[in-house]
Amino acid sequence: MSKNKILMKGNIAVCEGAIDAGCDAYFGYPITPQNEIPAYMSRRMVELGRVFIQAESELAAINMVFGAAVCGKRAMTSSSSPGISLKQEGISYLAGAELPCVIVNVQRGGPGLGNISGSQADYFQATKGGGHGDYRLIVLAPYSVKEMYDLTFLAFDLADKYRIPVMILTDGIVGQMMEPITINSELRINNSELKKDWKLDGCKGRGPRLMRSLIMEEGGLEKHNWHLKEKYDEIKKNEIRYETDFTDDAEIAVAAFGIAARICKSAVKKLRQEGFKVGLIRPITLWPFPEKVISDVAAKSKKILVAEMNMGQMVEDVKLAVNGKCPVEFLGAPGGAVFSEDEIIAKIKKL
Amino acid sequence: MKKVFSKPESLQDKNNSYCPGCGHGIIHRIIAEVIDELGVREKTIGIAPVGCAVFAYYYWNFDVTEAAHGRPPAVATGIKRCLPDRVVFTYQGDGDLAAIGTAEIIHAANRGENITTIFVNNANYGMTGGQMAPTTILGQKTTTTPNGRDAKRDGYPLKVCELLSSLDGVCYIERVSVSTPKNVLKAKRAIKKAFENQLNNRGFSLVEVLSQCPTDWQMTPVESVKWVDEVLAKTFPLGVYKECMKK
Repeated sequence: MSKNKILMKGNIAVCEGAIDAGCDAYFGYPITPQNEIPAYMSRRMVELGRVFIQAESELAAINMVFGAAVCGKRAMTSSSSPGISLKQEGISYLAGAELPCVIVNVQRGGPGLGNISGSQADYFQATKGGGHGDYRLIVLAPYSVKEMYDLTFLAFDLADKYRIPVMILTDGIVGQMMEPITINSELRINNSELKKDWKLDGCKGRGPRLMRSLIMEEGGLEKHNWHLKEKYDEIKKNEIRYETDFTDDAEIAVAAFGIAARICKSAVKKLRQEGFKVGLIRPITLWPFPEKVISDVAAKSKKILVAEMNMGQMVEDVKLAVNGKCPVEFLGAPGGAVFSEDEIIAKIKKL
Repeated sequence: MKKVFSKPESLQDKNNSYCPGCGHGIIHRIIAEVIDELGVREKTIGIAPVGCAVFAYYYWNFDVTEAAHGRPPAVATGIKRCLPDRVVFTYQGDGDLAAIGTAEIIHAANRGENITTIFVNNANYGMTGGQMAPTTILGQKTTTTPNGRDAKRDGYPLKVCELLSSLDGVCYIERVSVSTPKNVLKAKRAIKKAFENQLNNRGFSLVEVLSQCPTDWQMTPVESVKWVDEVLAKTFPLGVYKECMKK
């Protein structure tokens, strides 16, 4: 990818980030508003001699990802909310078998078939499980086209480093919008040492290997769950990412992620110009969640406002982090609705 | 002394946990013998199903992965497309392949995935205690058809070989059984051909094996093999359903 500035759509930036990160195989299924991803990958992956399949279903796509990941390849699938619900079975198996992969959710309004507008209503599903059993995904929330590229690129490295499925939780607005971006590929964690000595590629020169999530031995599954917990704790320690604007002296702090944070960011900037002491906390990793920075900001602020394009999901994690240090207010826009900068400004002025 | 018989290298030296008279042990061994004979043990990746045979990986001596119920053909597709020079096969039961995974098997076959599928049809859900399977025959009693499968209520047994042989991507389909020594030898010839087809890049091959489940059928092992021959094979006739010789 060139270092020049290029005008790119968010969904295409996801593709380019994946390709530059060395994605070996992509498996997808059509659903709006992420159709640019399989369409672009069908051309680019084939040109590059990599694997592209339009699967017969979301279930098949996520299980093809499982197959590619089992043999140590970098694999990705993408979909939008209803399709991500269908993938949850596979995601649970991937988490149980500790297989690295990247799953992109270009969210749309729900529940049910919902609509095709951008939404943030899958926060719970992404960060609290979604499938059955005790497990976590690393969840990254881009708020710009540039971050669609950067975080997708990073996702592959994090997935391999921790043997964990990583989800890009974005939405129809970021997916569809175009912005000029400059590509820099210096984000890579050095994973060249990773041997993947668990992958299945035929037992030449070694004993046979097994990949499973069924653990029937007495106490075996409990042990496996404790092992996963240790890994998740390690991720919590190392991988929390967030951005703050003007939080040092903020009397009111806004907490928002993804496209909602983009809107809040310019609202906060305008209010600062008017002399209001407001700040912004933008979690980039939704799991692990940046609890400490929220707790620190809460300790010196009068109020925190959580603004989300849903009926109130991340607000629960913010309240846990704030833990009573200050009141937490909420502004929501469910069902594919979006709040305007003016609505945010009006809400903050009222607080 | 001349050695005339030994355990295949592709089988681990373990006792299996299958019920007395069960067909899985025979079918596992046939696969192991074929993989040995083709000399591909070190480049084989098997996919174990959800069901009694999930533990196949404890018995085979090559790489094996589990897959979610019904999804082995999709997992096999992911593996084979990434590692086209490896030998990839799925081992699936009737609930796995013909009920919850119907979409996956039809589309993997129709894409002409260059993989091998061993489809074990024992006409019921064995591991969960003998419920009606898509391949349970009319009148057959199971824990969920206590008065026998009734076409009006439960529909008809699904004929997988007949269904899949109409697809253009399919190279080879045969139905065999392991009810007698003669049938076991025939089953081995079919399974070997299904693996050879993959080595020759001929596309999708499936061998359906009618297999006995004496425990859930509530029969003795001897009664159960007789039932395969005299009853089950009437609904599911043995034979070659499709064979292409394309290069």
